[in-house]
Amino acid sequence: MALFGLFSGKKKTTAAAAKERLQILISHERQNWRGPDFLPDLQRDILDVVKKYVAIRDDHVSVRLDRAGDASVLELNVTLPEK
Amino acid sequence: MATVVTVTSGKGGVGKTTTSAAIAVGLAQAGHRTAVIDFDVGLRNLDLITGVERRVVFDFVNVISGEATLNQALIQDKRLENLSILAASQTKDKDALTEEGVGQVLDELSELGFEYIVCDSPAGIERGAIMALHFADHAVIVTNPEVSSVRDSDRILGILQSKSKRAKEGGKVYEHLLITRYDPVRVEKGEMLSKEDVCDILAVKLIGVIPESKAVLKASNTGVPVILDEDSDAGLAYSDSVARFLGEDRPMRFVTSRKQGLLSRILGGGD
Repeated sequence: MALFGLFSGKKKTTAAAAKERLQILISHERQNWRGPDFLPDLQRDILDVVKKYVAIRDDHVSVRLDRAGDASVLELNVTLPEK
Repeated sequence: MATVVTVTSGKGGVGKTTTSAAIAVGLAQAGHRTAVIDFDVGLRNLDLITGVERRVVFDFVNVISGEATLNQALIQDKRLENLSILAASQTKDKDALTEEGVGQVLDELSELGFEYIVCDSPAGIERGAIMALHFADHAVIVTNPEVSSVRDSDRILGILQSKSKRAKEGGKVYEHLLITRYDPVRVEKGEMLSKEDVCDILAVKLIGVIPESKAVLKASNTGVPVILDEDSDAGLAYSDSVARFLGEDRPMRFVTSRKQGLLSRILGGGD
């Protein structure tokens, strides 16, 4: 970075640093609270359905919502116990 | 039904009350009957900014609790007959604001013929702030080009998109970004986030940029909303913002530094 700065003759401005920090922080924070409210309920319902057939613990199901471009991706992970 | 415009930000001290007063005055000037309500129960200040502090007899909480009628509590502005102000209580606590009570007051204002209701939100994300944004049709997000303000604005956007009445009913609150305390000279030096940076991060349509201006303190000193100061850059920038809110297309002013040549100044370019 120092080398790059030397050649380009430009130092990164504090405003650019602020923007970069905010973009990282906000994209992280949005995952936590911009998710729809139904995720916890969905997780519980899925857990109940799976439990009817397989004995699993509560923490064996995880539901996540991610953004990829224009689309939202709902990721569902069910860890089935070994026999 | 009246259109509810909530002025909010998350962070304190960014210019919510100044903006609420300016938008309310601007809407009234445009010929719309407008009421502006202070939701900052316990720390009211809209009365001071609008210069009606000595005329407050009853307040918003008195109306909700039935101790006064809405007509008794509404203070009609002496400059604009279209504008009325509803002060917050200075003594009660913020739990006095109930969803039902606030909804009733808004309904009653509609019945009285008000076209716009501007809600001046308190800082934070507690009851007063949530109540102020709950009934919003439009939200004006007031943001300073500074990291903590931008972060808090994003948080408030998240709350608008999940907790507001419109969001809960599957709709959407119209969001408008208003950047205040903008210093184009510092932006050009790379010392301050630019308006484009803030728009990129928050992904909300920009409705106006209010320059850092001495006129804002002068206005609050005298209790005359800064939008009425037509000699000031901030006042004109607020007028432009309200015009844009009402659908007019106006170029942004006061967003570049004034380091122009004499010729371009004479020709009136730039700014």
